[in-house]
Amino acid sequence: MTDLPLVLELTILVLAALLGFEVISKVPTMLHTPLMSGANFIHGIVIVGAILVLGTADDSFTKVVGFAALVLATANVVGGWFVTDRMLGMFKRRPEPKRDEADG
Amino acid sequence: MISDPDVLTLLYLVTIVCFVVALKFLSSPRHARKGNWVGGAGMLLAIGTTLLIDGLENWAFMVPGLALGGAVGLVGARTVRMTAMPQMVAVFNGVGGGAAALVALAEWHDALDPVWDETLSIVLSALIGSISFAGSVVAFAKLQELVSGRPIVFPGQNIVNVLVLGGAAVLGIVALAGVEEQWVLYSLIALASLFGVMFVLPIGGADMPVVISLLNAFTGLAASATGFVLDSTVLIVSGMLVGAAGTLLTLLMAKAMNRSVANVLFGAFGQVRTAAAGARADDGRTVRATTPEDVAVQLGFARKAIVVPGYGMAVAQAQHDVRQLADVLEEKGVEVKYAIHPVAGRMPGHMNVLLAEANVPYTQLFEMDEINPEFPQADVAIVIGANDVTNPAARSDPGSPIYGMPILDVDKAASVVVLKRSMNPGFAGIDNELYLDPKTTMLFGDAKDSVLKLISAVKNN
Repeated sequence: MTDLPLVLELTILVLAALLGFEVISKVPTMLHTPLMSGANFIHGIVIVGAILVLGTADDSFTKVVGFAALVLATANVVGGWFVTDRMLGMFKRRPEPKRDEADG
Repeated sequence: MISDPDVLTLLYLVTIVCFVVALKFLSSPRHARKGNWVGGAGMLLAIGTTLLIDGLENWAFMVPGLALGGAVGLVGARTVRMTAMPQMVAVFNGVGGGAAALVALAEWHDALDPVWDETLSIVLSALIGSISFAGSVVAFAKLQELVSGRPIVFPGQNIVNVLVLGGAAVLGIVALAGVEEQWVLYSLIALASLFGVMFVLPIGGADMPVVISLLNAFTGLAASATGFVLDSTVLIVSGMLVGAAGTLLTLLMAKAMNRSVANVLFGAFGQVRTAAAGARADDGRTVRATTPEDVAVQLGFARKAIVVPGYGMAVAQAQHDVRQLADVLEEKGVEVKYAIHPVAGRMPGHMNVLLAEANVPYTQLFEMDEINPEFPQADVAIVIGANDVTNPAARSDPGSPIYGMPILDVDKAASVVVLKRSMNPGFAGIDNELYLDPKTTMLFGDAKDSVLKLISAVKNN
């Protein structure tokens, strides 16, 4: 990837932190669990790193490590997204028509 | 095939925008789900873009890796129970942190004479990622009750922890000083993992909301550090967004318990509380046990009832039955509201998700500050598996370990019914003054059984 100067990367980091605090402080308490699992999904972006490591590996050590990283990161991305979607689908303004559910 | 780095960076910028929009949409439950789709699209774009980078090899590993991870994630997400959500979040924190540490390990292996800032990024990514991974494993084991949820402590624990973390830091400095041996990072990862285990072990179940949030922040920061290793803006920004989210939640949770984050992490709270509880004198007041039938009569005369759910409701999987009870009461003309304490349960927002699962409309759920002024007008407060967050000692007894913690003013209701398994003190290990209050009655038993009995008693009333 582009070799950015360190100071520029730090600038981006700090701005991202400020943006993150700003956006996330608007999330209501009610949605804090979906926020956590949504954040879980987003840190799955480390999958980009895993793909790069595995895709450029040229010895077996790096291949094994890259493969393990890829499996973990993919599970992170896929699981994080689906669980967040499932949860957010449950938040309703009004109750659905009554149904007798057998829970357990 | 993409070979132009500018094109790459621009495509990743679109991903960043998608993630920010996804978080922005979370400010309202009406748009939140749409936001998650936007975030998902951003992630697909980032993955697709990365896979199309020129010159990538090892497809024989890549495709199975994606398939295996995807299958595991999908099955996990589809089958997990809502009551097990805290464990699930712990697992995802762990795998994210683990992936970041592994990427750092591979980069260290391949690095040829790295410059200092590359080494520093690798060290941080490995350090934070390993702490997050190992800490999450322990948090998962505690939440899943594979190990005791109570604090596990031994003398000199904090000193040992400082030594372990200090050792990892020294190894980091060794790496920075130019010792590019493989063992340096191996040892660093081992020590950081040990620290991750040690720092979560002494933390009790009731403090889990703080720990889960903190581990969430760590994983984000680890991803961000990985971004510095790979010079990837999308990793730096996305990781930091998660870092900010986790940090904010950590601070909110600690504030809701009126404790500093340091106190939660290093205080081994359970121990302190038990000692304080033993010192209290018994003044002869007793608890009054009641029956479902009596409670049904009491509820029959009520105009307004406030339900206070806690971790006990989650353990008993009673959320659907609680909603049914509320439905039955509403049919009888009782106004029902739910009071949600910020740290009820084992993770931020835990109760909201459970009640949403049981089809309780979120307009019926009220945060502490909203609902507290309403308790004096409530005829009955029904406490289901909540304990510390209702203890009036937090307001009145400066000697209590939880003094100063904001609580739900349950004791201000005209009468209180507490559904509880037994008189065993909860995680706090302290007596709850509320149970001795003359207007409080206790309905002992499993929360689910008690609620089911209450439903039929109210129907027959």
